Amino acid sequence: MAAVQLERVRKVYGGKHIAVVDATFAVADAEFVVLVGPSGCGKSTLLRIIAGLESPTSGTVRIGSRIVNDVAPKDRDIAMVFQSYALYPHMTVAENLSFSLKLRGQSRAEIERRVRASAEVLGLTELLQRRPRQLSGGQRQRVALGRALVRDPEVFLLDEPLSNLDAKLRLGVRTEIAKLHRRLGATMIYVTHDQIEAMTLGQRIVVLNGGEIQQIDAPMKVYERPANLFVAGFIGSPAMNFLRGRLVQQDGLHLELGFTRLHLAECGATGPDLASLVGAEVIAGLRPEDLRLGAAGGALVRQPRLSAVLELIEPVGNEAFLNARAGDTELMLRVPPHGLPAPGDAVTLTFSPDRLHLFDPQTGRRFEHL
Amino acid sequence: MKTAPAAWAFAAPALLIITVFFFVPVLAALAVSLTDFDLYALADIRNLRFVGLHNYWRLLHTPDFWRALTNTAYFVVVGVPLSLAASLATALLVNSRLAYLAGLFRTALFAPVVTTLVAVAVVWRYLLHTRYGLINYALAHLGIHPIDWLGDPHWALPAIILFAVWKNFGYNMVIFLAALQSIPADLYEAARLDGASLWQEFGRITLPMLRPTLLLVSILTVAGYFQLFAEPYVMTQGGPLQSTVSVLYFMYEEGFKWWNLGSASAVAFLLFLIILAVTALQLRLARDAQAR
Repeated sequence: MAAVQLERVRKVYGGKHIAVVDATFAVADAEFVVLVGPSGCGKSTLLRIIAGLESPTSGTVRIGSRIVNDVAPKDRDIAMVFQSYALYPHMTVAENLSFSLKLRGQSRAEIERRVRASAEVLGLTELLQRRPRQLSGGQRQRVALGRALVRDPEVFLLDEPLSNLDAKLRLGVRTEIAKLHRRLGATMIYVTHDQIEAMTLGQRIVVLNGGEIQQIDAPMKVYERPANLFVAGFIGSPAMNFLRGRLVQQDGLHLELGFTRLHLAECGATGPDLASLVGAEVIAGLRPEDLRLGAAGGALVRQPRLSAVLELIEPVGNEAFLNARAGDTELMLRVPPHGLPAPGDAVTLTFSPDRLHLFDPQTGRRFEHL
Repeated sequence: MKTAPAAWAFAAPALLIITVFFFVPVLAALAVSLTDFDLYALADIRNLRFVGLHNYWRLLHTPDFWRALTNTAYFVVVGVPLSLAASLATALLVNSRLAYLAGLFRTALFAPVVTTLVAVAVVWRYLLHTRYGLINYALAHLGIHPIDWLGDPHWALPAIILFAVWKNFGYNMVIFLAALQSIPADLYEAARLDGASLWQEFGRITLPMLRPTLLLVSILTVAGYFQLFAEPYVMTQGGPLQSTVSVLYFMYEEGFKWWNLGSASAVAFLLFLIILAVTALQLRLARDAQAR
């Protein structure tokens, strides 16, 4: 197994379209790292650069201790699972699995042994003589994994491997991939646009946007302390609520939202860097699950309150999403699905002060204040 | 079945056209091939006699017919592989990621297909000219003596093959190009990761993926090349020494030079049977290869 290191990797297409901007990160040996971001953010390009299918415009890629910029894909000791699976349609499952071993001149007995072993791990033994078109989507996906597995590579690269599966199957294969990672102890780099996959699979996730790395951290860290507005809005579903406001100093530090003002000391938001921002515009973020329906004039006097009108209720079974409007801001709440008010009702929303995120509207960066 | 009359009504226009322009002429030709339809019968239909399979029997005992058949077989056996190889090679080149001005070359290589055969035949006669031709000029630089391309019985058919291949390869090239472009790029990427060299990519990915197209193109090309006519008609009029007489050229002379229309029809039917047999064989071979 091996670590993967990228240093200031940059990819420019045709001299003007910048796909990846100075990406620097390291994937430790046996780590599972997920590259996540919206389409066109450069995550697949990064993966293809690591695979050697594309060469970086500048920067270095290391696998193990070796710089691999000029090493052919087949000599990088990596295996890749493609989004489309890219199974060879004219070959049987067994031939698909053994193709790389044959090209590497392995002995027939060794090929046989390794194909059997991988097929066993993935439950493909019954299917070895079938051709890809005779397989279901989930089976094809397993063959694609098997083709990587059989090589016993240092690094697994997975490019949106679940996006062609239906929702139910996706869940099953997701857990299978997680188990596979634990079992093999292999380094895995996984690309997805699905934040749930990123959150559940990754030991660390790399959030990308517009070719730039936004944040690299453990999933829950990214969720709880998003480094900027993009990450805050991208990770989490439904997305984080944003409230535009200004910091004012008037009987203590307040956040002026236009339709109401929140006393920040009350919110638990204090700190030396905040005081220096008096007069500055900020964007306050609140996760939908951190907003609660409060009883009007209830006991939670210490908690900040927002008056809002309920516009729409979307029950999804185990919970309900409430669309509310406070001033000119749309807010999304995620609450238990019982005892809900009706659309059109005026409600009071409360939140725990320490759940507030503050961002700089100019740079989008998070203010570290709590 | 209440739908049947309606179905027939909808199919009728197409069936009518196919009947009038295909089945009637074919059956008429078959009927004619069983008679001694000739100039005398044209003048007075009462001279027409039913002769059964006599036309066929006589053809099989005519050395000139066998000569035409041999020439045609030579043309097909050498010309078809050459043509397919040229089509595939140019398609691969034009399809290559490194291809420079691919659009221009695609058009240029297809151009011979849409040019008028008679016009380009004139140009080719110049190219093949013994003393002033560009081809002999080039060969002279390699120290090869001038060849009388269209005047030497050994070289006339190869020259015609060269001309026909040049005229036709663009058509199949376009079909191959379409097939090549429908092969997903990630198959090649997967093969590169699996460790395939360029040759292995071609042999293990490209060729197998092209198999259905190869079958189609080879059947069409074989059928087309068996019907060789215009090239020798324009370039050599079957000469020298009958060396470029094809089956169809033989049929043309039989029918429209000597007005033995019965015999000419028999030639056409024999050619049809040969093409049918060869096509069936190709399909059979392809199926066997698929099964393996």
